[in-house]
Amino acid sequence: MAEFVQETRAQLVRWLLHLKREPFNMAFNLLNPVILLIFMGGAFQGLAQDSLGGDYRAYLLPGVLALTVFGNSMAGGIPLLFDRENGVLLRLMSAPISRASILVGRFLAVNINTMLQCLIILGLGLLFGIRVATGLGGVLALLLIGLLLGFGVTVISLILAFVLENHGDFFAVLGISALPASFLSSAFVPLDSLPMWMRVIAWVNPMTYTIDAMRSLVLSGWNGPLLMQMAIALLVFDAAMFWFGGRVLRRHLA
Amino acid sequence: MPDTVIRAEKLRKKYGQIVALDGISLEVERGTIFGLLGPNGAGKTTAVKILTTLVRPDEGKVEVAGTDVVGDPVRARRLIGYVPQELTVDPYLTVREHLRYYADLYHLSPALKDSTIREVVALVALAGYEDRRVRHLSGGTKKKLDLACGLLHRPPVIILDEPSLGLDVQVRRDVWSYILRLKEQRTTVFLCTNYMDEAERLCDVVSIIDHGRIAATGAPAALRSQLKGDVISLRIASPEDAQGENLKTLEKSLSGLAIVQGTARDGTELKIYVDSNEIALPQILQSTASLSIPIRSITYSRPGLDEVFLHYTGHPFAEEGQKDG
Repeated sequence: MAEFVQETRAQLVRWLLHLKREPFNMAFNLLNPVILLIFMGGAFQGLAQDSLGGDYRAYLLPGVLALTVFGNSMAGGIPLLFDRENGVLLRLMSAPISRASILVGRFLAVNINTMLQCLIILGLGLLFGIRVATGLGGVLALLLIGLLLGFGVTVISLILAFVLENHGDFFAVLGISALPASFLSSAFVPLDSLPMWMRVIAWVNPMTYTIDAMRSLVLSGWNGPLLMQMAIALLVFDAAMFWFGGRVLRRHLA
Repeated sequence: MPDTVIRAEKLRKKYGQIVALDGISLEVERGTIFGLLGPNGAGKTTAVKILTTLVRPDEGKVEVAGTDVVGDPVRARRLIGYVPQELTVDPYLTVREHLRYYADLYHLSPALKDSTIREVVALVALAGYEDRRVRHLSGGTKKKLDLACGLLHRPPVIILDEPSLGLDVQVRRDVWSYILRLKEQRTTVFLCTNYMDEAERLCDVVSIIDHGRIAATGAPAALRSQLKGDVISLRIASPEDAQGENLKTLEKSLSGLAIVQGTARDGTELKIYVDSNEIALPQILQSTASLSIPIRSITYSRPGLDEVFLHYTGHPFAEEGQKDG
């Protein structure tokens, strides 16, 4: 156990050093969420005033947060794919380490990074005058909900890092996953305004539960049933991904 | 502890239809440098991957320091230091961060970590570079760091895959001197190479591998001394377009001489294997004169590992290397 902690901490430190030395990578993931918050928020402000009856940016903020979590988690496996491509992974595998330490170290680093990005988005929201209705406790809850979504998506990304042939394929998956994941949820408009077929997909999209719960925290207040619904949906999603990931990755990291 | 540190018996490995290893056996004595010498695609990397627990053989047994590599890979990994052919250093970290990373992967205690890092840094002459980012190091310095990372846990066996591939002459010599220093410290070194001079210079014992089989094993000098006769290397001075033709004509005419055992063409050079250069040289010069092919240079030597390879495998080393590499 002590050895596992030592190995995993070493992996984590390596990735945090990457984060420290390449902050631009973080800026890259933040690009889309920030553009959405600033420009889409600005563009639809007037239009939404009539139908939603409030600040559209505040309405958008939870969707943007969820997209930040999704994008960063989904890209989280890429460095492991690079390690696989340049032979670093084989070298690590020749060391007397638990294979899980490679995955756990990366998993922790990705989610720490996600939290930092969520704080940046919340800070930006503050600049636009968005106040979280539930206060500081609400901000903590927002981060926690972000983590619950991030855990499952990070596992998907770790699976992709070992299943896909090369990083080109990975970037393709990354490019085509973020927008559908957001549009097929309640990120930008209320679920009721979506056509039926989109609504059906949105119902099974964990993003929807994440965003609905976050939105109530930002706009109105603590909503017990909605938070409960979110917790169940995300815990089921995470459990399913951990189970599936465990099966697939055990085979690929034998 | 047994004196044989690495023992492989009848290793076989197939990738689909391709036979990578066709029943190789080898033994390495403690504190020696062993070389697996062969062209690209001969099976060296597969052998290394089996030794480092990264690939399981289809058949056969491997032991490292008394540990069954296939049966107890976790224990085996503690006993080996592996430095792969390609650079595996992380450009974002500094040299020290890098060494600490590997020190943790090999579970060095906090008390030992810094002193061991200092020792290893001294061994591969990285002092002064500790706080530099790997990104800013030269290729040779990166290789030294890569090497250092494999030595931190003081393993009894170091496995090096093509340690001097792509290095400039000076760094290559440095790396060789570190390898020799490891031997002085009674570490066993297993190295793969496709450089004849590297095998000749470093190895106590060499196994020549070709098409997944061991063709010959022995000390480089012993392997060479089994070969009788001399090698004459001849270059001709005709214009470039005529060189190939002239070389062929010359080769044909020389093959007819009783004193010539064999010939091999390598680019613009013709190698002629003879019993004795004293008798052969005048005859060869006569032939070139009668064919009016001008000679640029002619030298003779005792057979090297090149000739040993040709002798045991029936084909020249370079030709095979070029085809696969």
